[in-house]
Amino acid sequence: MNTLEQDLEKLVYERPDTLVETTTHYCPGCTHGVAHRLIAEVIEEMGLRDRTIGVASVGCSVFAYNYFDFDFVQAPHGRAPAMATGVKRTLPDRVVLTYQGDGDLASIGMGEIVHAAARGENITVVFLNNANYGMTGGQMAPTTLPGQKTSTSPSGRDVETAGFPIRASEMLSTLDGSSYVVRRSLHDPKSIRLAKKALRTAFEVQIRGLGFSMVELLSICPTNWGMTPVDSLHWLESNMLPYYPVGDYKINPIVAEIKI
Amino acid sequence: MPPKGRIEVDEKYCKGCELCVDACPQDVLGLAAERINAKGYHPAELIEAGCTGCGICTIVCPEAAITVYREVTKAQGNQ
Repeated sequence: MNTLEQDLEKLVYERPDTLVETTTHYCPGCTHGVAHRLIAEVIEEMGLRDRTIGVASVGCSVFAYNYFDFDFVQAPHGRAPAMATGVKRTLPDRVVLTYQGDGDLASIGMGEIVHAAARGENITVVFLNNANYGMTGGQMAPTTLPGQKTSTSPSGRDVETAGFPIRASEMLSTLDGSSYVVRRSLHDPKSIRLAKKALRTAFEVQIRGLGFSMVELLSICPTNWGMTPVDSLHWLESNMLPYYPVGDYKINPIVAEIKI
Repeated sequence: MPPKGRIEVDEKYCKGCELCVDACPQDVLGLAAERINAKGYHPAELIEAGCTGCGICTIVCPEAAITVYREVTKAQGNQ
């Protein structure tokens, strides 16, 4: 391209530098990639790259530390909020985020997340909810919808024996320690934009020292749901959204004053 | 006149998931049927003219594989 042509067009969007230049292990269409990109964009826009520490969980997001170009530690299964608590308390000037799936946060890690929120730890939790255990082969998770078929509920989740799905955001919003708990979805461009704004707010909450912030992101799992990525988005919209409505579940009055 | 734009897909990252193909408001994106990348996927590409550089494909792209450019009109260029 010659100089004249360059002058006549402007760059609208390019891959954020905060993402490492490597391919991910995620399946085609997996919205983990979208969530990664949004976090990278927000960290970059806020200029936090040099003082952010991520805590990776166990699940598909276990290799998150390979994809972000800032410091990362890896927690045992479900223990990311506990480890983030330690990191934040020893290095209070850093921005600490955990990146957890629903199998990690809502199942084995339920104790850690509830107590981290109850203590009002000044950390940000990014919670990807795709209604199954993606990494291990699509088993039923605490967030699996009633009647949803998974590899361990081949005739659909039976609530008589397996109980009802857990709405983590609603539950954590009842705790006094939580400051900002919202649910967003990643199924269409508008929702993705709103999700990015929520992530930005969550980091602002942490920087201002206002306490526990969590953004739940409804996500797709095309491989384990047995659908194409596009069909998965439609499935999310028609099945997950009614059970897990997007919304602001807890917004501390001081948080409501933050203008972005 | 709608603005003119173009996209570049970094084929190293693209996994051919077609989310951008579905989201494109102008329906000018498609998968390259005759070409595969190192991972064995048919990468996305512009298949016809009409891209406005709106950037919606980058919002849905899980791999951050797309770079978007938009032509600057003379009026904008003078600002």
